[in-house]
Amino acid sequence: MTKKKGKMTGAEIFLECLAEEKVDTIFGFPGGAVLPIYDALYDAPIKHVLVRHEQGAVHAADGYARATGRPGVVLVTSGPGATNTVTGIATAYMDSIPMVVFTGQVPTALIGNDAFQEADIVGITRPCTKHNYLVKDIKDLTRVIKEAFYIASTGRPGPVLVDLPKDVLNATYEFSYPDKVELPSYHPTYKGNSRQIQKAIDIILKSKRPVVYAGGGVVLSDAAAQLKTFCEKLNLPTTNTLMGLGGFPGTHKLFMGMLGMHGTYAANMAVTNTDCLIAIGSRFDDRVTGKTEEFAQYAKIIHIDIDPTSISKNVKVDVPIVGDVCNVLKELIKLVPAAKGLKEYKSNTAEWHEQIDKWSTTHKLSYKDSPKGRLKPQYVVEQLYKITKGDAIITTEVGQNQMWAAQFFLYDKPRTYLTSGGLGTMGFGLPAAIGAQIAFPKKTVVDIAGDGSIQMNIQEIATAVQYKLPVKVVILNNIVLGMVRQWQEFFYDKRYSHTCVSVAPDYVKLADAYGAVGLATGKRDEVASVLKEAMKVKDRPVIMDFRVDPAENVYPMVPAGQPLNKMLLV
Amino acid sequence: MRHTISVLVINEFGVLSRISGLFSGRGFNIESLTVAETLDPAISRMTIVTTGDEAILEQITKQLNKLVSVIKVHDFKGEPHIERELLLIKITANAETRAEVLRIVDIFRAKVVDVSPRAYTIELTGDEEKVEAFKDLLRPFGIKEIVSTGRIAMPRTPKHK
Ligand SMILES: Cc1ncc(C[n+]2csc(CCOP(=O)(O)OP(=O)(O)O)c2C)c(N)n1
Ligand SMILES: [Mg+2]
Repeated sequence: MTKKKGKMTGAEIFLECLAEEKVDTIFGFPGGAVLPIYDALYDAPIKHVLVRHEQGAVHAADGYARATGRPGVVLVTSGPGATNTVTGIATAYMDSIPMVVFTGQVPTALIGNDAFQEADIVGITRPCTKHNYLVKDIKDLTRVIKEAFYIASTGRPGPVLVDLPKDVLNATYEFSYPDKVELPSYHPTYKGNSRQIQKAIDIILKSKRPVVYAGGGVVLSDAAAQLKTFCEKLNLPTTNTLMGLGGFPGTHKLFMGMLGMHGTYAANMAVTNTDCLIAIGSRFDDRVTGKTEEFAQYAKIIHIDIDPTSISKNVKVDVPIVGDVCNVLKELIKLVPAAKGLKEYKSNTAEWHEQIDKWSTTHKLSYKDSPKGRLKPQYVVEQLYKITKGDAIITTEVGQNQMWAAQFFLYDKPRTYLTSGGLGTMGFGLPAAIGAQIAFPKKTVVDIAGDGSIQMNIQEIATAVQYKLPVKVVILNNIVLGMVRQWQEFFYDKRYSHTCVSVAPDYVKLADAYGAVGLATGKRDEVASVLKEAMKVKDRPVIMDFRVDPAENVYPMVPAGQPLNKMLLV
Repeated sequence: MRHTISVLVINEFGVLSRISGLFSGRGFNIESLTVAETLDPAISRMTIVTTGDEAILEQITKQLNKLVSVIKVHDFKGEPHIERELLLIKITANAETRAEVLRIVDIFRAKVVDVSPRAYTIELTGDEEKVEAFKDLLRPFGIKEIVSTGRIAMPRTPKHK
C-alpha cells in the first residue's frame, strides 16, 4: 500500500515527500548542491522562508517546532551551509525538539575527495542528532525521509539530519511514498508499567511533603492539561524547570515557580525538604539539581520519562516509570479516586502547604530599585507581562535576560516560553521568534534579548522585515555580557575580563536601516508607552532598546555545585 | 568491573562510528571491540569489552539501546558463556630454545604458523586467562611482536534436565 505518482527527479520527490508529511514551511538558504531543489521550489506550493544565515534557519525551524509541536524543517546547501547549522542542531538536540534538517552534499562520486564545498556533515552531526542519514541512492530517498520525520517526532523527539548528494537530487525514479516505517531497532516505550504506577501512587499517598518537579517532557508530550488535573487532584505543590515553564500554569496556587540555579526560594526549599519528589519529564540537569548528593536527599523519588537513559543518570531514583508523560499521567489520575488513605494524605500534607506558603510570601522574587534611578530589567519584563496580559509567545536569548524572562513573566500555557535551555545558545531568540511568528501570524511574539546575544543573529531582522513579521525584540541592554559579568563579580573577584560590550550599534538607527521600527528608552516611566507603541506595529519587526542598570544581578542564585538551599538572595 | 557486551546493530554505513562515538563522547571506556557480520548479512555483531561500575554499565547499555541503529544489547555478566580471543605472537627461537617453545605450544594447544631460522610465529586462541598465561611463559624467550584480536563471546547453551 504505497502511493504512486510516476517518475520524478530526486528534487521533485523530495518536495512530494514534504507534502506527504504535511510540511507547510521550510526554513532555508540556497547554494550549489541544493540548486535542484531550489529549482523545484520555484513553482511549488510550499512556503519557503529565506533566512540570512543557516544558523538562523535552524533556530527558526526550532522556534516553529517548539510553538506548534510539529517538526521544523530546514534546507541548506553543502559545506559551509551545512556546518553553519551545527549550533542550531545541537541546540534542538539538547532540548529534544523535533526537526528534520536537509543538507545538500557534493555528488556521490566526489564524496571523500575534498571536493568544493564538501563537508562530512553526517560525521560532524552524529553526536548532536537523534539520527542522521546520507542518501547514496535515489531508491532510498522516500524511505529515508519517511524515517527521518518518524524518528524526529516520536519517542523522545530530536533533530534528524538527511544529507542529499546533488546527483541523487538530479536522478530520476518512480515516486512512491511508503505509508509505514520499518525500523526493527527503534521502539520507544509509551505505556508505563502499571505496577510501577500503582507503586508511585502508594508512595505519594504516604508522603507528608510531596513535590512535583516537572520539565520540558510535559510540554513535548502535550500533557499540560493532565499535569494540572493530577496536581490538583492530589493537591501537589509544583515547580517547573526552565524547559518546563508553561507546562503548569504560572498563576496557579500550587505553583511555586522555577527551581534550580535561579529558582525561587520556595521551590528550592521545597525540593530540598521534600519526602516525595515526583519528577515528570525532567532530567535532573546540573543547573536544576545543584549538588546532586543533597538534591531531594530526604525523598523517595518517582521519575516519569520516556527516555530510559534519563533515569538514574544523575540522581538515583526509587520508582522509575518509563513511558510517555501524558499516558502515565492519565493512568495516575485514574488511580486517584480508589487510592488508599486519601483523607489522611490530605491532613498529613496540610502543614507542608503552610510551610510552602510561608516560604513563598517571605521570599517573593524581587529586586531593589536603583538609588540612582536606573531602569531595572525586571521592571521591563513585568511591564511586558502586564501589557500583553501574559498572552504572548516569549522567546529568549541567553544570560540574565533569559532568567528574568523566566522569573518575571508568568506562563500559563505550554509552548509560550521558548528558550535554549540545554545548550544555552546565544542568538537563539530572534530566529526562534521568527519561526513562532510564522506558525502563529496573529500572536504577539516577543524575543526578550540581551545586548550581547542579539548581535549573534541580528541579521535575521532582515528576514522578519521581508516576511512582514511583527516580531518584537525587547533588548535588556545592560552594555555587558551580564550573566558572565555576574559570575565575575561573585566568583572572580570583580575582575571584569572582556565582558563589557559597550561598543554596539545604535539600535534605533539599526532598526531603521533594516526597515524595522526602532524605539529606545532608559526611563522607567517610558517603558509602558514604548511597549504599547511597539504592540501597535503589525507589519514589521520592532527593536526596543531598554537601557537598563548594568550592575543588576539575577537572584536567587545557587552557586554551581552547591546544594539548592544555599541560595544567594537579593 | 570488566564487562563483555554484545551489540547487534544494523549493518549500515557509519554504524561503527556511531558506537565508538557514543563511547568517546560520553567518556565510556573501550578495551576491545570486534565487529563481524552475523548469519543475517544485514545485521552485524559488535563485541565490546568495557569497564565501569554498575551505574556506568547501566548507562552504557541504555545509551546503546537508544541508538536507532542498535537492535539488541546483551551484557554477559553473571551468565555462563564462552569467551575467546586470537593471538599471533612472534618470538625468538634458536637451536637451544626451540624444543622448549614447542613444548609450551603443545601444552597450550597453540600452533606454529610461520618458521624462520631465528623466529617462530605462533597462533593461539583462548580466553583472556589462557592468552595471558601463554604470553607470560613465552616472555623469557624474547617476544618480538604481538597482535591480538578483541574478545568475542557466546552464551553457553542451557542444559535441560
Ligand atoms: C554562543 C554562546 N557563546 C557564549 C555563551 C556564554 N554566555 C552565557 S550568558 C552570556 C552573556 C550574554 O550576554 P547578553 O546577551 O547581553 O545577556 P545578559 O546576561 O546581559 O542579559 C554569555 C557570553 C553562550 N551562552 N552562548
Ligand atoms: Mg547584556
